[in-house]
Amino acid sequence: MRIRARGWRFRYAGRSEWAVRDLDLDIEPGERVLLAGPSGAGKSTLLTAIAGLLDPDQAGETAGSLTVGGEPPAAVRHRIGLVFQDPETQLVMARCGDDVAFGLENLGVPTDVIWPRVDAALELTGFPYGRDHPTGRLSGGEKQRLVLSGVMALDPDLLLLDEPTANLDPEGAALVREAVDRALAATGAGLLVVDHRVDDWLPLVNRVIVLDQGGSLLADGEPTQIYQSYADALQAAGVWLPGSSGPVRRASKPAGPTVLFAEDLTYTYPGHTDRPPAVSDIRLELQANQALAITGPNGSGKSTLALLLAGLLPPTSGRVDVTNVPDIGSADTPAARLSRRRRPLHRLPARQLVRMIGTVFQDPEHQFLTQRVYDELALGPRVMGRSPDEVSRIVDELLQRLHLSHLADANPFTLSGGEKRRLSVATALATGPAILLLDEPTFGQDLRTWLELIELLAELRDAGHAIGFVSHDPQFVAALADRTVELKAGRLVA
Amino acid sequence: MSMLAEPIVSNPKAPLSRLNPVTKLAMAMLITLPLLVAGDIVTPSIVLGAELLAVAAFGVRWRVFVRRLWLVFLMTGSVFVTSLLLTDQRGGTVLFDLGIIVVTTQSILVSATIAVRLLAIALPGVLAFASTDPTEFADALVQHLRTSPRFTFGALAAFRLLPVLADEWRTLVMARRARGIEAGRSPIRRIRLLSSAVFTLLVCAIRRGIRLATAMESRGFTATATRTLARPQPLRPADGLAILATVALVAGATTVSIALGTWRVILW
Repeated sequence: MRIRARGWRFRYAGRSEWAVRDLDLDIEPGERVLLAGPSGAGKSTLLTAIAGLLDPDQAGETAGSLTVGGEPPAAVRHRIGLVFQDPETQLVMARCGDDVAFGLENLGVPTDVIWPRVDAALELTGFPYGRDHPTGRLSGGEKQRLVLSGVMALDPDLLLLDEPTANLDPEGAALVREAVDRALAATGAGLLVVDHRVDDWLPLVNRVIVLDQGGSLLADGEPTQIYQSYADALQAAGVWLPGSSGPVRRASKPAGPTVLFAEDLTYTYPGHTDRPPAVSDIRLELQANQALAITGPNGSGKSTLALLLAGLLPPTSGRVDVTNVPDIGSADTPAARLSRRRRPLHRLPARQLVRMIGTVFQDPEHQFLTQRVYDELALGPRVMGRSPDEVSRIVDELLQRLHLSHLADANPFTLSGGEKRRLSVATALATGPAILLLDEPTFGQDLRTWLELIELLAELRDAGHAIGFVSHDPQFVAALADRTVELKAGRLVA
Repeated sequence: MSMLAEPIVSNPKAPLSRLNPVTKLAMAMLITLPLLVAGDIVTPSIVLGAELLAVAAFGVRWRVFVRRLWLVFLMTGSVFVTSLLLTDQRGGTVLFDLGIIVVTTQSILVSATIAVRLLAIALPGVLAFASTDPTEFADALVQHLRTSPRFTFGALAAFRLLPVLADEWRTLVMARRARGIEAGRSPIRRIRLLSSAVFTLLVCAIRRGIRLATAMESRGFTATATRTLARPQPLRPADGLAILATVALVAGATTVSIALGTWRVILW
């Protein structure tokens, strides 16, 4: 089906800016296209519109024309397959076969035809399990492959993918791309994929379309040609370039004293005593002026380990301790120090914990507690009992340092992805902790935020912070980590 | 929740487990209604006896049955004891008298009636649900009771998100601690903290719900009026027989009770 846009623009209800503007576009049947651009460039909006899921009467305002196969997208929705980012919210059924059958049932396919088509779709994507396998036991990458099978079972003419591998580890992501490749080769369906990671998709596409920050067309053409002739413009717009490895920032000072250490750390989920522990027998140290990367495949216990190190999750056995942390604020009397020493980290009152350790969660929104960026930053220092003067000094400094001053009165939940990430790091810094722990900080970020994060964390490291981060982004680890440990099935392997 | 999450049925191919889910639902209703009316001990005793015999035909092993349902038995037992202590029907022979606690033959009979009724009413529902796959239940509801597929399968899909929501809740509580916010010992702060976390959870749940709905919609969930079923749940002769047997059981139990002169209508 040919996708054709003429002067098409779209604006969400209640917004003053157009998400996509004045788009002229022709995509021929069977073409394989990568749609790139910085965060907020309207890539997902365009994809949703082509999928016929953007209701112009309810969601916002539209102008110009957008047709798929010569018709309004909503009229040909059943010939378009769509895979989203989050594996958790796309599966409907409890068994793999039933989930693939779901779309066929919806389209009224006769019962005796459904199951052969289910089997064929599972075969097409190389799905490794049978019909009766429970969907709850699949990994993230397997779930995405099952979603793809469910979509391919409907025999679409056009496959739309909205960052389908963003939540996955590199191995899982590669298997998903392989499955997409197989499915397209067998069916000849067209592809339109939105992704930040250009490198990974280049072998699968023969055309790249780039939108800029304002939602206008920036570049359109054959991949190598695009990346040669528009390299500077693309980089400036925050678009990942193939082969761009970014800067490498090593520690400028030798490692300082150990500030956090874990001994024989083991964690078993409550009620999962019959299964192996999520994390077992971990010995680990974090040093000042150093950045430690914790890597490993999805489900290897990385995030659990980070929560244990942060004193947020009580270990089943073993302990985590903080040592040599110089400034712990007003409570740093010998008596207070002694009482801290006796208590394991997870038993410390939160007020004391945040003076020593700042934690940044994968989803910034989980951490936001107020309606204003300013209050969000002031919260930590206030809880610590700082005077109003001190609080405003700390907040102003952080606002400036993290380029958030112009957003001081904005609601944290309305910020862009990159701004949310910066704010979540800033809130963790507001209590002046010596240790900073981050869980997948580059998750879903565009190149610009990605580079900013490297600069920011490198600066903090050189200012004496000990930094520990969980990541399955090999480029980010290579750019920043002084030391890397790898987890496999809850154990350290390197 | 472990009672619901882990299977009670060890053999899903057992004759009664294989009945259509709608049949099992109808059987449970057929048993419940007359027992809600009957106030004697004979009717529910006969029904309960038959139900206990049927446990094996549901593919449930006795040991598993007792272990999984200990809570139900504990509740029944405590209902028995409570009504024994509180009943005002103290006629008949006094068995023993401890001042405030007086146990007579009549008070035992009254309490036993309540306990047996409770068990006889609860058991069919427990067995019906334990032996039914939620997906097949939804299929059968749509096929035979003509419930709206939009609602039925929507609810089924939403049900799958519950564990995700539980994880999200734990993350929210930890994220608050990481910000220096914690209830500690203050009950007022605990309530305030809880309500703010519940609000955030609600926002997250709605977002997830919307994403799931969009994904379902993109696979044509609301597209056509003529939805087919991948797993038709046919009504077999066995289903008819099971219904007939259930009717015969409750009718028989009531008849026996009337013949014995024990049957009466309960007033609460």
